[in-house]
Amino acid sequence: MSTMSLRGLSKTFGNFQAVNNLDLNVEGGEFLSLLGPSGCGKTTTLQMVAGFVPPTSGTVLVEGEDVTHVVPEKRDMGIVFQSYALFPHMTIAQNVGFGLEMRKMKRQALKERVDEALAMVRLSGLEDRYPNQLSGGQRQRVAIARVLAIRPRVLLLDEPMSNLDAKLRGDMHVELRALQRRLGITTILVTHDQVEAMTMSDRIAVMTGGKIAELGTPQQVYDKPVSEFAYRFLGQTNEITGEITSNDAGSAKVQVGSISLPVKVSESHQGTSIKLFVRPERLRIGAADGSAVKGKILTRLFLGGIWFYDIDSDIGPLRISAPNLGMSPAEEGETVGIEWNSGDMQVATSELANG
Amino acid sequence: MVDASPRQRSTPWLLSLPSLLLFVGLLAVPMALTAVLSFHVFEGMRGIQTAFTLSNYIEVLTDGYYYELFLRTGLMSLGVTVICILVGVPETLILAKMRPALQGTFFVVILGPLLISVVVRTLGWQILLGRQGPVNSALLSLGIVEEPVRFLYSMVGVVIVLTHVLLPFMIVAIWSALQKLDGQVAHAARSLGAGPITTFWRVVLPQLMPGILSGAIIVFTLAASAFATPAIIGGRRVKVVTTAIYDEFLTSLNWPLGAAIAIMLLIAIVAVVLGSNRLVERRFKQVFS
Amino acid sequence: MSNKRIDQNGPVALTFHVLLTAFILAPLVIVIVASFSDKDYVSMPFDGASLRWYREILETPELIQAFWLSIRLALTSATLAAAVAVPAALAIARHRFAGRDAITAFLMSPMMIPHVVLGVAFLRFFSIMGWTGSFFALVLVHALIVVPFSLRLTLAAVIGLERDAEHAARSLGASRFVAFRRILLPLIMPGVAGGWVLCFIQSFDEVTMTIFVATPGTTTLPVALYHRIAFLSDPVTTSVSAVMIVGTVLFMFALDRIVGLDKVLIGKK
Ligand SMILES: Nc1ncnc2c1ncn2[C@@H]1O[C@H](COP(=O)(O)OP(=O)(O)OP(=O)(O)O)[C@@H](O)[C@H]1O
Ligand SMILES: [Mg+2]
Repeated sequence: MSTMSLRGLSKTFGNFQAVNNLDLNVEGGEFLSLLGPSGCGKTTTLQMVAGFVPPTSGTVLVEGEDVTHVVPEKRDMGIVFQSYALFPHMTIAQNVGFGLEMRKMKRQALKERVDEALAMVRLSGLEDRYPNQLSGGQRQRVAIARVLAIRPRVLLLDEPMSNLDAKLRGDMHVELRALQRRLGITTILVTHDQVEAMTMSDRIAVMTGGKIAELGTPQQVYDKPVSEFAYRFLGQTNEITGEITSNDAGSAKVQVGSISLPVKVSESHQGTSIKLFVRPERLRIGAADGSAVKGKILTRLFLGGIWFYDIDSDIGPLRISAPNLGMSPAEEGETVGIEWNSGDMQVATSELANG
Repeated sequence: MVDASPRQRSTPWLLSLPSLLLFVGLLAVPMALTAVLSFHVFEGMRGIQTAFTLSNYIEVLTDGYYYELFLRTGLMSLGVTVICILVGVPETLILAKMRPALQGTFFVVILGPLLISVVVRTLGWQILLGRQGPVNSALLSLGIVEEPVRFLYSMVGVVIVLTHVLLPFMIVAIWSALQKLDGQVAHAARSLGAGPITTFWRVVLPQLMPGILSGAIIVFTLAASAFATPAIIGGRRVKVVTTAIYDEFLTSLNWPLGAAIAIMLLIAIVAVVLGSNRLVERRFKQVFS
Repeated sequence: MSNKRIDQNGPVALTFHVLLTAFILAPLVIVIVASFSDKDYVSMPFDGASLRWYREILETPELIQAFWLSIRLALTSATLAAAVAVPAALAIARHRFAGRDAITAFLMSPMMIPHVVLGVAFLRFFSIMGWTGSFFALVLVHALIVVPFSLRLTLAAVIGLERDAEHAARSLGASRFVAFRRILLPLIMPGVAGGWVLCFIQSFDEVTMTIFVATPGTTTLPVALYHRIAFLSDPVTTSVSAVMIVGTVLFMFALDRIVGLDKVLIGKK
């Protein structure tokens, strides 16, 4: 149950800032995901933690001990790569035993640990195969067994599931999460798959441009993000631009076209132009009469579990999703009313990555 | 990938050190000494004098004999290159259409000779092309010629044998270009109404061009640098630059002059390689990158 | 299927191919055939077949010596070339550093310099250094001219490898050296071995450069053969050549086993 902190971690390649003054505390036993689009610096961050990329500045602490300048082999961290990086010229048992061999473990004890690790990932019996004789999912589990065998202080996962098919990936999410809970091992997962991050993590750090834009539990970062980036990157959102006409201690009126909307903003909100965010599933279709906001359905898409409606509304184009409850849905071309709960029309408060 | 921390910054240099020592000691120094040698004076009785002179270069550049020597070598290399293209392109296309098993076999047949000493291959041709050799017997008995053709000690013979020696390089180069070509492209052209010949000229050949050009550079420079083949097949009658250098060094013992010719050959070859690389890059960079 | 017709070679193409194959094999076949002649001069055709020119090999000590010298030379220079080229390939493939491109070009340059020019340079260098006739000096220059082959194949092997496996080994507790020895080296071994074999063959076959620096004590087999072919008409050259052809074919099989001939010949990854 090791805690870990990254303090002011930065990495510059030439004059390109891949990771920018990143601060992060990971609790002992916590499962934390670094989630972000391609090229945002996730791998670089993880490699700095693992010791493969020397940081330009900043420190990496494990249980309060500064490991920034410790060579990778002395860090006692287990890293699983997207490519799995199995040793193709060694058997599964040799792969899993490699870390123990490096720790000069005795033959018998080593064999027991290897068996135990393989049992943990349910691969017993494949000891003498070579990596290329395994399926993708099996290889991935060997990679996990190989790091679990050394009982590392920290587990680092760099998109370990991206080479698996969707079904297997779903199964592995559940399995890996259960294993991590059981062993109580502090884990950082790097991924650009939101579903993966949401289903597995205690907390998610949403990264963009080498910085953390958002940090919190999956529900926090999805429901109440502070950054515009997180609104746009996680799931879908509707973006509405309006003018603040009055701000009474945070209860503001925002004028969008001919409509005036009540919105909670920060008391100190400056300027008059403002961006509002509302998720498609928080909008409801109602009767046209009596609704303050009306719109005409342009397109309707059927996705099985839900319907998507693209609507040309009084407050601009909106996408609304509605669960498929078997009732006949609103028709294309129909004019409908649009409703939401007052807290669902939100404003991004963070400076970070606005615009 | 992993970039350099201070401790690692010296690592690549340490790793390259052994090779660099070997190359500086045994390539840079000898080449420099040869360059210096080419500015020395040779006097029949007293040997090499350390005085500085440009006379070797002046002799090479002004004497019609050397002009002809370089021209002959250039034309010979050009001829070999053209024949290699004319033979190599169709053969590579034929190979590409073969079943994989046959393809593998014929690759070994065509490329394998690369691994057999050039002297051995040239000996084979010396026997084949002799006055009473199998080629002449065949030509005579088929009534194609009245008298035996003089292949040995002739430019024709040298070109034939160099083509044999260098053709594999051309095929390898075209083959790599062919590998990058999308097999469906030819089919697309055919289905758009182009006949096989139009497809070849308009669609396939332009895409093979980078391969053909790089093959041509290799074949040309190797032909111009070839020694054993022109020496054995061409003998004294068909002198080329390399055999002339050999004679200066080991027969006339005029090392400074030989060194000057050698330096000129090197400059000419480097110029051809760099020039054509530049051309290839400028011409094809936008399309194939 | 009409596709099939488009993608098949027609009779003209096949005729061309057969003629070309004959052209390529003819000189090798003729050497082997001529080696069984019983005449006193290199001749084709001949009347009586015999093995006398094979016996003659055994009775020509210069040739036997030249053969063993070539073998020793090729073994040592290929090994030396690998010893310097493998670390250099690692530096080039795995590190970005100033001078990287220059070093690569420098180490590949023996491929571009005509061997005659190299021969001239080494002749001059050896005579200044007093190394003429030294086997060790010959090893050094042979190693130098075959380094590009070793470098090219090793580079291809290293560049084709993900760094992840080494990184995994490091974070499992292996030191840099152990990760190299246990993970990287075994993985690039096919490339290194293929390069070694190619260097061996290149060194064994080299004639143009060696002819300048070979002395009676350091005459290699191709040089001995060259002199006998260029200045004499000695049928023993045919039997020696036949042996070399067969030897090379066997070598090719070995090469195909280790790395695959296509990799070595076409530089395919
Ligand atoms: N060695 C390097 N030299 C130069 N730039 C680099 C280097 N390594 C990474 N970068 C750059 O740093 C940025 C972050 O790279 P990183 O690999 O951390 O991204 P990532 O978030 O893991 O992306 P992905 O999801 O695609 O794996 C990228 O723009 C990348 O091009
Ligand atoms: Mg990444």
